[in-house]
Amino acid sequence: MIEKSGVPTVKDLQKIVPYIKRKRKGAVAIIECFQEIPCNPCETTCPKEAIKVGEDINALPQFDAEKCTGCGICIANCPGLAVFVINLDYSKEEALVMLPYEFLPLPKVGEIVKGLDRSGKSCCPAKVVRVLNTKAQDRTPIISLAVPKGMEMKVRFFRRRKVCEKQYSV
Amino acid sequence: MTDDRTQITEVDSLEPTTELLIIGGGPAGLMAALSASEYGVDITLIDENDRLGGQLIKQTHMFFGSHQEKAGIRGIDIGSQLSAEVKKRGIRVLLNSTVIGYYEGNQIAILQTDRLEKIKTEALVVATGAAENIVSFPNNDLPGVYGAGAVQTLMNVYGVRPGKRVLMVGSGNIGLIVSYQLLQAGVSVVAVIEALPKIGGYLVHASKIARTGVPILVSHTIKEAIGKEEVEGAVIVKIDKNWRLIAGTEKKLKIDTICLAVGLSPLTEILWQAGCEMYYIPELGGHVAWHNEDMETSVQGIYVAGDVSGIEEASTAMLEGQLAGLAAAESIKNLSLDKEKAQVRERLSLLRAGPFGEKPRIGKQKLQISADKISQD
Repeated sequence: MIEKSGVPTVKDLQKIVPYIKRKRKGAVAIIECFQEIPCNPCETTCPKEAIKVGEDINALPQFDAEKCTGCGICIANCPGLAVFVINLDYSKEEALVMLPYEFLPLPKVGEIVKGLDRSGKSCCPAKVVRVLNTKAQDRTPIISLAVPKGMEMKVRFFRRRKVCEKQYSV
Repeated sequence: MTDDRTQITEVDSLEPTTELLIIGGGPAGLMAALSASEYGVDITLIDENDRLGGQLIKQTHMFFGSHQEKAGIRGIDIGSQLSAEVKKRGIRVLLNSTVIGYYEGNQIAILQTDRLEKIKTEALVVATGAAENIVSFPNNDLPGVYGAGAVQTLMNVYGVRPGKRVLMVGSGNIGLIVSYQLLQAGVSVVAVIEALPKIGGYLVHASKIARTGVPILVSHTIKEAIGKEEVEGAVIVKIDKNWRLIAGTEKKLKIDTICLAVGLSPLTEILWQAGCEMYYIPELGGHVAWHNEDMETSVQGIYVAGDVSGIEEASTAMLEGQLAGLAAAESIKNLSLDKEKAQVRERLSLLRAGPFGEKPRIGKQKLQISADKISQD
């Protein structure tokens, strides 16, 4: 149960798989927000008005997958870092997962990393295909990972293969 | 990461009298100063630290709330913005200055590095915040046992890592956020333990650390710290729903740091001294001063705002500060600011409308009920 471990269950996730019935192709946001907290930047920053929280800012975000273009602006604007973007049409064998990553040093494009699931377990290799760190993101870089198809709803974090202690010391 | 912290380090000279004295330069005190300054009030803002911002200077995460409460902006940047605005408006700021006493006629004693000063004020906003709670367990006095605030200060203010392997005790927002900050600093968080059967803070914060592989263990407590000269380990144990330790479930963890994030208590000394009516309200974190919907206590002209009026969080502290500042300005300058106050109250109740607002909502209600009871007796 997410209330006990912080890890959403299959049941939690069933509420947020809009892409299955989606007509539009390509990238789409996955909003993993399961608890009513007073917060609405996802709504106010979405340029397509695809996310609605409404008058009561404690309400859960309502998401319209048909309006979503997968631009990913919401990823770095969510204070809870709870938004991801997936793209099932990335390539024949691979899907794309875009995730927020506030750790240094940033990975390099082309680097192979370990894809981790929501409980931090290694679940597949993943390839870093894009590192986005613009001023508008305000120090929440977005990493795009190419993962084997079928892993796009599993991979939510990653670990670099050679993270040595030295890289952190001043 | 950029370092654009606006710091106010120079101290303004102290005037013997002021219209509004604000104790505490955190989110509540800063907002009280800014809102009262709109109406030409002569303000003196006091803080015991060497810079303004209170706990905001350690908050690296983006704030929740709505656009009006600066949602999506990191706490540290909110602190800088508010401090810069205080400076721009020429509000008198006394840093490294500790209020040590309240005397009749709104005379306040202030300890500055090597001097004792006093100041007379027409009105007072007490925005002193809170102190961290502690849990008792064998060896909790070993070096390596920290409060979460100290860990944040070490890392985020001074750039010092507190240890290499940390056990976090408490899964409220502070425990979860500080765990995340430890991970960002390259420290490993061995586990987050929580005595209650469910996570106390926002689940989004919990998920952020869970996906890095940190286990969050609910219904667990710390049995003892291990070590001679310093922390070398800890024993954690499961507890049942009656808070009893379950024998045989002990686990020994190899760690060098224990971080306690087990709640806060309002820092109310000055309010007791001023003779404010005080009530013990568990939902508000301990003893708090009775206050009306203008944040005014039972002593006319003394207002409270932020954690000292009931433990909550920075967004509501800012709004309470704003409200106290408006109410103080109203009384000092003989104005009517009902419309402005109503707007702030409206935003406060919107923030408190959800499940996380329940505790403060109930707490503030109980505070009124307790006071009504006493006045009837």
